[in-house]
Amino acid sequence: MIIETSGLRKSFRSRQGKHKKQVEAVRGVDLRVDEGEIFGFLGPNGAGKTTTLRMLATLIVPDGGEATVAGADLLRDPGEVRRRIGYVAQGGSTWDDSTAREELVLQARLYGIGKSVALERAARALAAFQLSEYADRKCKTYSGGQRRRVDIALGIIHEPRVVFLDEPTTGLDPQSRAHMWDEIRRLRSEGMTVFITTHYLEEADALCDRIAIMDNGEVVAEGTPTSLKRSIAHDVITVGLNGAIGEAASVLDSAAFVARLEKLDTGDGLRLFVDDGATAMPQVLRELERNGVTLKSIELHRPSLDDVFLTKTGRSLREK
Amino acid sequence: MKFLRDCWLIFARQMQLLLRNPVWVFVGVFQPVMYLLLFAPLLKPALSPLGVTTDAEAYRVFVPGLLVLLAIFGGLFQGFGLIAELRAGVIERSRVTPVSRFALLLGRSLRDVVSLIAQAGIITILALFFDLRVFIGDLLLAYLMLALIALMTSAVSYGVALAVKSEDALAPLMNTVAQPVLLLSGILLPLQFAPGWLENVAKWNPFSWAVDGTRALFAGDVGNDKVWQGLLIVAVLTVLSVWWAAREFARSVR
Repeated sequence: MIIETSGLRKSFRSRQGKHKKQVEAVRGVDLRVDEGEIFGFLGPNGAGKTTTLRMLATLIVPDGGEATVAGADLLRDPGEVRRRIGYVAQGGSTWDDSTAREELVLQARLYGIGKSVALERAARALAAFQLSEYADRKCKTYSGGQRRRVDIALGIIHEPRVVFLDEPTTGLDPQSRAHMWDEIRRLRSEGMTVFITTHYLEEADALCDRIAIMDNGEVVAEGTPTSLKRSIAHDVITVGLNGAIGEAASVLDSAAFVARLEKLDTGDGLRLFVDDGATAMPQVLRELERNGVTLKSIELHRPSLDDVFLTKTGRSLREK
Repeated sequence: MKFLRDCWLIFARQMQLLLRNPVWVFVGVFQPVMYLLLFAPLLKPALSPLGVTTDAEAYRVFVPGLLVLLAIFGGLFQGFGLIAELRAGVIERSRVTPVSRFALLLGRSLRDVVSLIAQAGIITILALFFDLRVFIGDLLLAYLMLALIALMTSAVSYGVALAVKSEDALAPLMNTVAQPVLLLSGILLPLQFAPGWLENVAKWNPFSWAVDGTRALFAGDVGNDKVWQGLLIVAVLTVLSVWWAAREFARSVR
């Protein structure tokens, strides 16, 4: 367990005209993150993801709760936490007139690393992030994706055990995003724990080993993307038939892998609810063939993380 | 030890960026040079009631005031650079490291001191062409005064910049502070001309003491009480300002 929190909370005072009011940004977050995994915080803007991340990265002081990060107590020993983690903010962190190499060397040295080692680490990071070619150009000449890679390299230059990445792919084009995912997976393969926030469903699904879905300052669900999807709904197989609906229904209804079955309103097929669509599909085909029923079409729908979000919060992440 | 190292890292980085774009040092010196060329010549007749009869004497009164002005204004507007750094995320990036928060401030303020001294050097050399003469020892003491003022005002500017976080708020705030400070310090014309009430108000302006002390140094009167009084007042205020600004830097992160 590299991060463990319980009851972490934070509220801010905000002012609307003359009315001051207390906004509870984070209302008691309990989390457990394992060493070496990519952990994702998924939720809409304003859900409290960034606030939680900034608390864990020692940038804001929690109002209450407890947390251990990389073996150090967040409230009692934030200095030690700071030495063991890396943090990459959402809005970028490089100075227009500096070069990537200068920024990396400075950042390493601010962590107390000596000059020659800092130079070495910077060169290695530049190579690893495929930035060597531009290393001595000013940051303002970089593309969005290159600049984002410099940000990540800055966050891990001191080889932390955990790195927090706040929306690492927001604003990147699809190609740069795919590239960034590869970089993040590479960090995991080097043994680092990566904690990211995102409001992209595909990103949480494809990149993260485990995710916590956050809404309105609370964690509403936590688990692997697959288990979360399975927890709220079955996979759905839609079978299209040319008649013989009744026969097909009786055959499949008695099959063990079908949890539930209903006839389509259009009268030309069946809808099957199964635990695991991937293994159920061939079985459906086999059963129907053995009983001489001819299939017209077959389609598998697996619930998405958006279905999970919808079930837990009553809203869809995609709308807006 | 770690603190000195951190200070050096921040200072060296800031100097590197400054030297990459030294044009700002010259832009900063442009206005005072204009005063020197276009305003100072009016002073010889204007200062005659004080017994000024030559250009050299007029410049001996005006140049110290001009240098103090440069130190005050140069420092007070350094906060803009910090706001740009806040916006770029550079400050947040430093905050997650174990770097000393005080070094984040002092490294930057020391860069400002160095650039101020460079500017003061340019003005002094130009003034030599107008027959200004000053002993090197006195000049160095005067530069110490200027360095302290620059340290003080840039620290204040950084502290305020961290608090308001926006150029739109910083500009009017700094102007509001700087204008009365300027008028009440006898920089453009010595306060000997002032009516009694104005002179009394000016006594509460620490920069008027700084100007008096610097003028005494340029007059070669190092034993004058105004010298140590000015230096002491400025030194105390510098310590207080730096302490306050350092707290602002530290406050955001434990």
